[in-house]
Amino acid sequence: MRIALFATCIVDAMYPEVAQATVRILRRLGHEVIFPEGQSCCGQMHINSGKFAQAEPVIANHVRAFTGTEWDVAVAPSASCVASLGHQQPMVARRQGNDALASEAAEVADRTYELTQFLTDVAGVTDAAADLGSYFPHRVTYHPSCHGMRLLRLGDRQSSLVRSVEGIDFVELPLADSCCGFGGTFSVKNPEVSSAMLADKVRTVQATNADVCTGGDASCLLHIGGGISRFERTGGFGGTPDVTAVHVKETSSTDARGHTTETLTTVVGADDDDHLTPGERGTAPAEPSRAQGFRVGQAAVHLARILASTKEDPLRVPSEGAEVSGGSLR
Amino acid sequence: MTFLGMPLLRSKHAHSDLPGGQGNIVETEAFPEVSHEHLSNQQLRNNIGHATSTIRSKRAEVVSELDDWEKLRNAGEATKNEVMANLPEYLAQFEEAFTATGGIIHWARDADEANAIVTELIEDNAPVLETGRREVIKVKSMATQEIGLNEHLETQGIDAFETDLAELIVQLGEDKPSHILVPAIHRNRDEIRDIFMKTMPDAGQLTNEPAVLAEAARKHLRHKFLTTKVAISGANFGIAETGTLGVVESEGNGRMCLTLPETLITVMGIEKLLPRFADLEVFLQLLPRSSTGERMNPYTSFWTGRTEGDGPQNVHLVLLDNGRTRALADEHGRTALNCIRCSACMNVCPVYERTGGHAYGSTYPGPIGAILSPLLTGVEDEANGTLPYASSLCGACYDVCPVKINIPEILVHLRAEDVEANHSPVSTQLDAALTGASWMMGDGKRMTAVEKGLPLAHKATRGKQIDALPGIAGAWTSSRDIPALPEKSFRQQWADEEAQRSGTGAQTGDEEGQR
Repeated sequence: MRIALFATCIVDAMYPEVAQATVRILRRLGHEVIFPEGQSCCGQMHINSGKFAQAEPVIANHVRAFTGTEWDVAVAPSASCVASLGHQQPMVARRQGNDALASEAAEVADRTYELTQFLTDVAGVTDAAADLGSYFPHRVTYHPSCHGMRLLRLGDRQSSLVRSVEGIDFVELPLADSCCGFGGTFSVKNPEVSSAMLADKVRTVQATNADVCTGGDASCLLHIGGGISRFERTGGFGGTPDVTAVHVKETSSTDARGHTTETLTTVVGADDDDHLTPGERGTAPAEPSRAQGFRVGQAAVHLARILASTKEDPLRVPSEGAEVSGGSLR
Repeated sequence: MTFLGMPLLRSKHAHSDLPGGQGNIVETEAFPEVSHEHLSNQQLRNNIGHATSTIRSKRAEVVSELDDWEKLRNAGEATKNEVMANLPEYLAQFEEAFTATGGIIHWARDADEANAIVTELIEDNAPVLETGRREVIKVKSMATQEIGLNEHLETQGIDAFETDLAELIVQLGEDKPSHILVPAIHRNRDEIRDIFMKTMPDAGQLTNEPAVLAEAARKHLRHKFLTTKVAISGANFGIAETGTLGVVESEGNGRMCLTLPETLITVMGIEKLLPRFADLEVFLQLLPRSSTGERMNPYTSFWTGRTEGDGPQNVHLVLLDNGRTRALADEHGRTALNCIRCSACMNVCPVYERTGGHAYGSTYPGPIGAILSPLLTGVEDEANGTLPYASSLCGACYDVCPVKINIPEILVHLRAEDVEANHSPVSTQLDAALTGASWMMGDGKRMTAVEKGLPLAHKATRGKQIDALPGIAGAWTSSRDIPALPEKSFRQQWADEEAQRSGTGAQTGDEEGQR
C-alpha cells in the first residue's frame, strides 16, 4: 500500500524520532511510505482557541498537501490530530463559508488513520511481537489520551498492541481515563488548573513504578513527560499550589518480576474518616526515578517508538546529557 | 419573528440581538483568576474529589445495568430536539392544558419580571406575621437560584425557607450552592454540624453522624411545613399534552411543600417541556441514573392544575425565558437547552473537580455551565467570555450526558464567538503566537523554513530540557519542563534521506533537498 505519513506539527518539530518509528513500522509491514512535503498542522490549536479565521489557511494547507499526491491511506501517530481532521476541519471550513474545502477535508479525513487504528483495522496486526518483531524489556504504563479514547473510540487497540510487545512488563495506570490537563492552549489559558490535573497524573504514573509512561499522542506525552521531569528534578511543581485529590502512600508489595519492593498505592479523594497525615499527602516517592537507563525527562515515550523497537534495533535510550539521536528511517 | 422571538431567517448573529438573561448566571471575575483561590483550598478539593468520585462510580454502575442505555440517550436527545424545534407550539399546548385544569400561567421575560410576579403572588396569599414579615417554603429549584429569587424576596420583607437538606445547609451557612444536585458538595459533615448548631436555636449538641444531622433538620423543617401558607417550587418536567408538572427528589421534603400549603407557585424555564406523558418513560430512566446514580429516585410528584379540596387550591406557574430564546436562536449552541440538570457532566469534569462550582460564578457550574451561562447571557461581558475556555476538551462530559449534548463542540463554538466579540484590542502574547503559527502553518514551505532554526535552538539550549521560558510560555514552564529540542525536524531528516537515496548529495536545508 502507498501510505502518506502525516507527521503532525509537534512530532515534526519536537519528536522526529516518533515519525521515524512510524515509518519503520509501516515499512516493516511492506508498505511504501511517502511524506507529503507541504504538510504542517491539522489546525486544532487554532480551532480549539476559537480562531476559526486563522485555522482556515492551516486546514487549506493540509488539504492541499494531501490532495497533491496519490496515496491509499494516510497515517498519523496522533489520535488527537486525526480526530481534528474528521471532527473539526469540515465543521470549521463550513462555518467559514468554504463548503468546497469542507468536503475536501472530509475526504482526506476519511482515509486518514491513527497509527494503531491502521495497524489493527487495516493491516490486521494483533500481536506486535509476532507481526512487527517488537521487543521492549521494560516496565511500562499506558495513558490513553482523551481524543483517542472518546473521539476516535480506539478502545483497547493501543493498549493491546503495547501489551503484545515481547519482553514488556505492562502495568495498568490508576485513573487512566482522567485527562492529563494539556488540552493545547488550555494549559496556557488556565495553567494552574492544568498543573493540578498534571500533578495528579504524574503521581499515578509514579505509583505504578513503571520505567516509562507511554501513549499515542505526542502532545499529552510532552505534558506528562514535562511534568515528570520537573517533579523528579525539583520534587514538586513550582508555582502551583501543591495540593491534590489523589493521595499517594507507600506500601510493600511484590512486583511482576517476583521481587518484593516498596511500591506506591493511590488513594483517591481520602474520606473524612480516612485522612492521610500531611506527611503522606502528595509526597514524592523516596526514589523518584526508577528509570533503567532513561534520562530524566525521557520518562514519557510514544508507543510508536516501543512498537518499532526490536532486539536488533532497540529504542535508542539517550544517556544523561547525550543528544537525542536522529536515527535512521529504516 | 414568532411570539417567542425565534427568528425565522437566521443571520449569523441573530441571537445577539435578543435580550440576554439576568441574575446569577453571569461570571463577573475571569475564570483563571477566580479558580486560583479555590485551587489552593485543600479542604474543598478533598470534599469535592471524594464526592464526585463516589457518585461517578455509582452512576457508571447503574448505567452499565441497562443494555439499551445508548438507545435511551438517543430517544432523550430526539425528544428534546423535537421540543426545541417546536417550542412555541408546545408552550401554547401546555398553557391551554394547564389553564383548563385550574392552573394560572404567568409569562416572564427575565429575572426581574419573574421576581416581581412571584412577589405579588406571595403578597396576595401569604399573611404578614407578628414579625412584620411574610414567610414561604421552597422546594429546591435551579430556576429560582438563577433569578436570585431568595435575595429579591429578602428585600421585599419575605423570608424564603429552603427545605431541601443540602440547600438548607447552604442557606443557613450564608453560602452559595456549588453543584446543581449536591449544592453543599463543598462541605463535609463537621462543617455541617457546626452550621446547624450555630443557626438552629433548638438543635442543642449534635454529632457529625448523618442520621443525627438529618433528624435535626427534620425537626427544624416540620413546623414550617405545617404552618406556611405559600410554597415555591421548580419543576423537572412540564408535559405539553396534559399540562402536568413534575418534581423528582430524594427526601420527600419537596412533596410536603407541594401538597401542604394553600398556594403553590412554580417557576419553570420554558425549555423544560416534554411533548407527551409517555416521554417520561425515557426521562425517568435517564435522570435518576445520571444524577444520583440511583435506578429511581425515592419521590416523584406530578400535579395537573388544581384539584378541588385536595392539595394547594391556588396553583400558579411562572414560565421563564431569561435568555432561553437567545440560546435557542443560536443554531450551534441551542442543544444546551436540552439539559435536564442531572449534573453528570460536573461529576466527571476534571476542571470542576479541582476548582469547585463557585469558580464558574453562575448557578450552573461545570461543563454545562461553561456553555449554558454564556449562551443565556452572551460572551460580550469579558469575564463571562472566559467560561468556554475552562475546559481541556477531554470530552468526558459528552460521554455521560443523558441527552447527548455535545458540550466540547459548543465550547469551541463559544470560543469562536468570544474571539469575534474581540475582547482585547491589544493582542495578547498568545494571540500573537497563534497569529504567527497560522501564517507559518498555512504553508508547509514556511514551516520548513522556520524549522531550519532548530540546529541553532538545539545548540543554544545545549541539548537539555528547557525549564523556564519568558512571557506566556512561562505559564507552561512554571510546572513543566520542555524536552530537549531535536537537532533536525523530521522533514529535514526525511529530505536528507531522500537526497542521499537519489544520490544528489544535497545538504539539509537546500532548496533542492526540500523541493
